[in-house]
Amino acid sequence: MSDETQKTNAKAYWKATIRLTVSLLIIWFAVSYGAGILFREFLDQFSIGGAPLGFWFAQQGAIYVFVALIFYYCWAMARLERKFGVEG
Amino acid sequence: MDWTLFFVATTFALYIGIAIWARAGSTNDFYVAGHDVHPVVNGMATAADWMSAASFLSMAGLIAFMGYGGSVYLMGWTGGYVLLAVLLAPFLREFGKFTVPDFVGDRYYSTAARLIAVLCALFVSFTYIAGQMKGVGVAFSGFLGVEFNVGIGIGMVIVFFYAVLGGMKGVTYTQVAQYCVLIFAYTVPAIFMSIIITDNPVPQLGFIGNMAGEDISMLDKLNKTVTDLGFLEYTQTDKSMFDMFAITGALMFGTAGLPHVIIRFFTVKSAKAARISAGWALVFIALLYTAAPAVGSFARINFIDTVNEATYIQDGEDYATRAAEIKADGGKPIPEWYGYWEKTSLIGFEDKNGDGKVQFRGPNPPDGNENEVIPFSADIHVLANPQIANLPCWVIGLVVAGGLAAALSTAAGLLMVISSAVSHDLCKRTFFKDMDDKTELLVARGAAAGAVLAAGLLGVFASQLGFVAQVVAFAFGLAAASLFPIIFLGIFWKRMNKEGAIASMLFGLISTFAYIYYFKFVDTDPTNWFLGVSPEGIGFVFMWFSISIGIIVAMLTPAPPQSIQDLVEDIRVPGTRVSHGAADAEMPPA
Repeated sequence: MSDETQKTNAKAYWKATIRLTVSLLIIWFAVSYGAGILFREFLDQFSIGGAPLGFWFAQQGAIYVFVALIFYYCWAMARLERKFGVEG
Repeated sequence: MDWTLFFVATTFALYIGIAIWARAGSTNDFYVAGHDVHPVVNGMATAADWMSAASFLSMAGLIAFMGYGGSVYLMGWTGGYVLLAVLLAPFLREFGKFTVPDFVGDRYYSTAARLIAVLCALFVSFTYIAGQMKGVGVAFSGFLGVEFNVGIGIGMVIVFFYAVLGGMKGVTYTQVAQYCVLIFAYTVPAIFMSIIITDNPVPQLGFIGNMAGEDISMLDKLNKTVTDLGFLEYTQTDKSMFDMFAITGALMFGTAGLPHVIIRFFTVKSAKAARISAGWALVFIALLYTAAPAVGSFARINFIDTVNEATYIQDGEDYATRAAEIKADGGKPIPEWYGYWEKTSLIGFEDKNGDGKVQFRGPNPPDGNENEVIPFSADIHVLANPQIANLPCWVIGLVVAGGLAAALSTAAGLLMVISSAVSHDLCKRTFFKDMDDKTELLVARGAAAGAVLAAGLLGVFASQLGFVAQVVAFAFGLAAASLFPIIFLGIFWKRMNKEGAIASMLFGLISTFAYIYYFKFVDTDPTNWFLGVSPEGIGFVFMWFSISIGIIVAMLTPAPPQSIQDLVEDIRVPGTRVSHGAADAEMPPA
């Protein structure tokens, strides 16, 4: 691979990384600050098992989603690295 | 108490054994465990590094007491790992050096920036470590009958072994052992309690399940119980929404900016490994953090059940005979552990209405009775938990060993930050640049030994002042407002320069310090808070100012040299790292 294509690849890779990062952070924000704090009262009218939904997000749900987000990030980044020919 | 001694002695012997096995042979071993720790192993070590005496001993109690308001700790102290994984850890690993000031100093081509970062790292770590040493002292004096200061002394000797001998390598493997001890010690009582209260062996499911043998959900029952006593509903809070928001933010961004957490990700092989490792760290942390709210709510129910309206038994009376008498009269005797914990002044009893029974009440009791459990510390919910739930004797011993593991593992991680700040950032990178590796390793060991001593003294000192809980807010606020912004901008904004970084760090450091100090120690009236934000949450607000100031100053001053901009582009792409000019001249990346 020539230096030039490597540079363009790196640029495209970084752009894709930023896009992925921003989408993950939107979800990160939505489940914690969103469901757990800002819209908690609205969500509390629903329930999951015996817990009000907003309360549950604040004490349990957000944490489960965080774990899933990081593993998805690892998987998606590995895919980006293959796609742009960047070694991981 | 025999079980306690057994568990503590066994686990301590294990830690010393690991320390002797994992000795460091070079600075590379000492600072970053040779860069070759397996991602899952590092995840486990990070979890122990991160979960401190506060997570283990205090958090569930705080949640029990604060109900929904306690969610700030749960979301804040886990959500930070998402930020670490996607914004910082892989890029800092790709950068490939030993410490956080290494990154700040080299990326911003400035000794001043390096020194300010050292100051931030030292300040954050010392405030944090005081709490850990205090936790060690409390565990020893509360459960083994050892004097507080002697307890701290024993803790210091143990940490000394693996931090001084093994450096990061020793710390890593003892942290793995400590994680196993602490998660086992946390989960066993949680499972017992979940079975007793909800009939479900999984605490996370019991939390959303029904009361055992009743047709009402555990949380509904708890809400009813606490409102009957005049407390706020468990699933509500009296904190303002903005304050909840700000505290959660300060804890999240603070977590991501804490040096002792960041350096753990320098110990893995690559940027890719750092990402995976962050995921595993959060899995291991989540095992405790999703159990904690269950433990908190169960403990609240248990405490009220056993204590409220129980007939008090005086210290001088024979407990067994008196309890039998009360039972024969159809009454409920106060449990025996109550008297035991009264000695620690965590709880007490003032018989205000003179009926000989303990009325436990909140601020607005509907029946007009006054609260008689005075003093009352939320810590009791976790510390006395095994006794409250009548769990077997060995479980108590396990909890003590777990609390010590949590405190010691975090203390060790902090010691690594402190010693590397002195031997590496100050000596090797700033004042004695031509020091060879052998001398640096010797200085690092000396610095670690000195740091152990200082931490012990701080623990003793802090316990006398009793302000540890207060200063922990410092650590997170400062990390969020001073370290996070410049590391983040240093990776994501090429144009960020030395002047911007210095302005941003100084603003974050000074403003956060001043605000917390002022509202914790000078004017403690919450109505004067800026935007209604508590000192715990102010780091989040000042972080945005700090980022803005950094950007504005950078725009008004010259762009960083081309070699620095190349460096930033380089660390964004994994596996391509080469040396870039002055930034890597003194210390090549690895």
